[in-house]
Order: sequence, then structure tokens, then C-alpha cells
Amino acid sequence: MKRYSVLAIAREALRGHLGWDRAWASPAPRAHYDVVIVGAGGHGLATAYYLGKNHGIRNVAIVEKGWLGGGNTGRNTTIIRSNYLQDPSAAIYEKSRSLYETLSQELNYNVMFSPRGVMMLAQTQHEVRGYQRTAHANALQGVATAYIGPQKVKELCPIIHIDGPRYPVLGALWQPRGGTARHDAVAWGYARACSDMGMDIIQQCEVTAVRQSQGRVTGISTTKGDIACDKLGIVVAGHSGELARMAGFRLPVESLALQALVSEPIKPCMDVVVMANTVHGYMSQSDKGEMVIGGGTDGFNNFTQRGSFHHIEETVRALIETFPMLSRLKMLRQWGGIVDMTGDRSPIISPTPLGNCFINCGWGTGGFKAIPGSGWAMADLMARGTPGPLAAAFGLDRFRAGRFIDESVAAGVAH
Amino acid sequence: MLTLHCPHCGTLAAETELTAGGEAHLKRFGPGSDDDSFEGYLFMRENPKGVHFERWRHSYGCGKWFIAARCTATLEVFGTYPAQSSAPPQHIRDAITARRPGWGWRDLA
Ligand SMILES: Cc1cc2nc3c(=O)[nH]c(=O)nc-3n(C[C@H](O)[C@H](O)[C@H](O)COP(=O)(O)OP(=O)(O)OC[C@H]3O[C@@H](n4cnc5c(N)ncnc54)[C@H](O)[C@@H]3O)c2cc1C
Ligand SMILES: [Zn+2]
Repeated sequence: MKRYSVLAIAREALRGHLGWDRAWASPAPRAHYDVVIVGAGGHGLATAYYLGKNHGIRNVAIVEKGWLGGGNTGRNTTIIRSNYLQDPSAAIYEKSRSLYETLSQELNYNVMFSPRGVMMLAQTQHEVRGYQRTAHANALQGVATAYIGPQKVKELCPIIHIDGPRYPVLGALWQPRGGTARHDAVAWGYARACSDMGMDIIQQCEVTAVRQSQGRVTGISTTKGDIACDKLGIVVAGHSGELARMAGFRLPVESLALQALVSEPIKPCMDVVVMANTVHGYMSQSDKGEMVIGGGTDGFNNFTQRGSFHHIEETVRALIETFPMLSRLKMLRQWGGIVDMTGDRSPIISPTPLGNCFINCGWGTGGFKAIPGSGWAMADLMARGTPGPLAAAFGLDRFRAGRFIDESVAAGVAH
Repeated sequence: MLTLHCPHCGTLAAETELTAGGEAHLKRFGPGSDDDSFEGYLFMRENPKGVHFERWRHSYGCGKWFIAARCTATLEVFGTYPAQSSAPPQHIRDAITARRPGWGWRDLA
């Protein structure tokens, strides 16, 4: 792989940009791999990357039914933060956020990580107490956040209307090193690095069966033929239930549509990310100037990657109250992704009833921020066969044991 | 927008009048049940890409619960029936078979 650098750009500029390599290879599948990962979203690719980088396991294939990064990874609103309430969450999300800080250098690929700051507005007394509690929890966890008052909110984000009639802004939980990154670039950067390590990324290849014998996986059947493997990792987000059914076990997961939309591009007006959980909306401004907006999930099981119009209408209606200037903006595009929701709104990084099969799912509405940390923890689990400290609390067995990692109260909203 | 026929009041109800109530025909377990049964009842879900049975409430209409047979991959609705039914009635199963031969859901086919 040729490295990207200022020198490389200069050299290519002088010879008409004819010397760039393809970022990754598109090989046909081989008959056997040490590890097969199903799903080339951010989490699958990051798992493969850290298998190679941290554990020296490079005979790896990543099998993807569509195109890499075409699932939720390429459909999300890219908010990165780690101000969760529970200790296991703070640990893995903060690991992830800190990996984002240097990811561009690590991958030699510009993922445009922008730690512009994330604020979660407190618009009810309940939220004020909740976020003060989270700020204290974060202090103990070593996650840098602060509870700020309304004046500071207005200073950081002048377009907010803090004296709204229904939901005035009473304060906010502020994480100065939270922010956004370019979603496609995260998938592309990991893919390029995996391909460079000799791993095979096999796109347009749907897994149709999980082959097994005596309680162990022997391989998979795909639309491009059978592939044998020593270990299987299932990292397919909304389709986790389908893969689990193929493998013969059940999951505490439901798949719902989550939508997002962007406005026409306007001049820079907001250089932080704002989440308003009571009214269910969040917003940031992209480098192109579009206001990037998201809200809550739709209510029913859905695999169509489309949502219902009234949900985005509710989101925009709510945001207009807090950001009156939005009312004159035209919305340009709207789309949906299928998110994998668990009962406690926390992910699953876990062994399965099949000895050499592992699953990573349940990131639901908030797994983009977790891509590097989740890949790190999943690679560790797959390499050693038992979960390390980051993954230990996120096992499938927590539902039976009643050890929930309850983030539904803390996070409240999708993001 | 999803529209479902309410089997109680006969209205063709828009999604905005309805509340989704999750997977239907769950077998409920109470105190004294073993961990397996509790885990299955409280957390494990079919979540199929295809034929699904789910509970809905006609919240801003007659207020009653009913069950919809629906395809989660296409949003096609096969039919609705009152929530008092312990299993999908035969005419609903026939309607599904006509559109999705070979369908399965839990131990139903
Ligand atoms: C609208 C929206 C907004 C969001 N906003 C945020 C946000 O602001 N911040 C945040 O942190 N998170 C956000 N999320 C959540 C985040 O996008 C996801 O948690 C994350 O991208 C999941 O990554 P993944 O790699 O697990 O899944 P995906 O990127 O969905 O990858 C899974 C892949 O598996 C493939 N696959 C499925 N079935 C098969 C099969 N049978 N064979 C082969 N391949 C298969 C799919 O094609 C897909 O490419 C948002 C999500 C949505 C939809
Ligand atoms: Zn009714």
C-alpha cells in the first residue's frame, strides 16, 4: 500500500493523478480462513483490523452482502461521545473516543475526527438532576465532562433559544472532546488497512447459512459459495437476529428503523453538536454546511431502511422550538437505517452457544462512536476465546443474570 | 405511513393513531418460573425479516388491543385480529400462505 502524504499528493499532482492505488482489493473468496467476519460495517472491519494489528491474526475474510459501509455505518449522524452513566459503558465508549483522537494517523486515512464538543441539553428538572449525576459519574470514571448552566450553553451555541415556552434550556452536560467524524471514511480507512494486511474483503456476498458440526461452526454458505473457517464473528447490526437464526440461537434484539435528515447547506452557524433528549432531536452542522438532524426510532420492527414521515416531522417540529432559525430551512434528503435494539440499550459483545462463534451487536442507535473500541474488544474476545475487561460486562448472559447495563435512562434518545 | 384495520371498531387506522406493542403471542411466565423461561419471555425475540405477528393498540381510536400479521421486509399487511386470540386464526394463516408460501414463525407454519 502506498502511504497517503503531502508528498504523495504533490507527486500525483505532477503526473495527472495516475499513480494512486486502489484503496482495497476485491478478491474472490478462498476455501478456508482462520477467521471469517460477517458484515463489513464499521464494527466488522474494526474487529478484523485489530485482529491483525493487536493479535497477529491476518488470515481473515470479511464477508458483506452489499457494499462495505453501506449499512448503518454509512447512514448515521456521526455523533461521538462517551458521557454514559454506567461504568462498563464509560470504559468502552471512552476507549473508543480516545482511539478516534489518533485514528487518522493510525490508519493513514483522514477520518475527519472533529472533537468540536457535544452538549446534551437539560430541559426538565429531571434531566438537570440526571445530567448532574452523569457528570459526577464521569468524573469518577475519568471521562472529562461538565455540567454547565444556560448562559454557557448560549455562549457555546448562540443559535439556541434558551427561554422556550415549553422546554426552556436549564443547563447541559458538556463533553468538550466529543464531536463527529466522517462515517464513510471510518469504514474506508479500516477497509484499506485490512486489505493492506492481506485480509480479503468480499462484497456482494450474502451469508445464507452457518454450517456447523458438534456444537461448533465449520464455515458459512454464501451467494459466492461455501467458505470454511476456524472462528466466526457475526457483526451485522439489524440483521443479527437473522444470522443468529441461521446459527441456531436466539437474541434479545429487535430491529427498528431510525431516520436522519439534512437541510440545504448554509453558512457556518453552529460549531458544536447539540442533543435535546426531552424533545427528541439532535443536530450538528456538516463541513458542507448542511444541518444534520436525527431523532428517535420508529415504533415497529422494520427491515426496509425507510421510516415513517411523521417521525421526522416530530423531530423537526421539536427542534424548531429550540432552534427557531431552522423554520426557514429546506430539508434536502432523508433516509433510514435498521438499528438493533436491546432491552437495556447496551450492546452485546459475546461468546455464543456455539464454541467458536462470537457476536457483536445491539449497538442500536449509538454505535458509530463505538467502532474503534468495539473492534478492539471484539478482536480480543475472538483471539483469546474469552472476553477481556472491555467486553466482559456485555455478554449475552447478562439478561438471564439480571446484570443489565441500563443506559436507556441516561441516554434517553437515539444518537 | 402504515395503516392497519382495527378489528374492534372497523376503522382503517393510520400509524399516528396507533401504538406499537411489540411481539405477539408471548407465553408469559410468573414467579417461580426458571431462569430459562424468564429470559425467553422477557428478552428473547423472533425479530424476523419477513412474516411477523405483533401487538398494536388503537390508542387514539377505540383504545383496544389487536394483533397484526405483517411482513417486516416489505411492510405488507396480511391481516389483523383481536388480541384475545391465543393463536392466529386460520383465515390469517391462509392469507399469509397465499402471499408467502413456506413461511414460518416460531412453531407456526
Ligand atoms: C439514522 C441513524 C443515525 C445514527 N446516528 C448515530 C450517531 O450519531 N452516533 C452513533 O454513535 N451512532 C449512530 N447510529 C448508530 C450507528 O450507525 C450503528 O450503531 C453502527 O453504524 C453499527 O455499525 P455496524 O458495523 O455494527 O453495522 P452496519 O454498518 O449496519 O454493518 C453491518 C453490515 O452487515 C451486513 N450484513 C447483514 N446481513 C448480512 C448477511 N447475511 N451476509 C453478509 N453481510 C450481511 C450489512 O449489509 C451491513 O453492511 C445511527 C444509526 C442510524 C441508522
Ligand atoms: Zn379501534
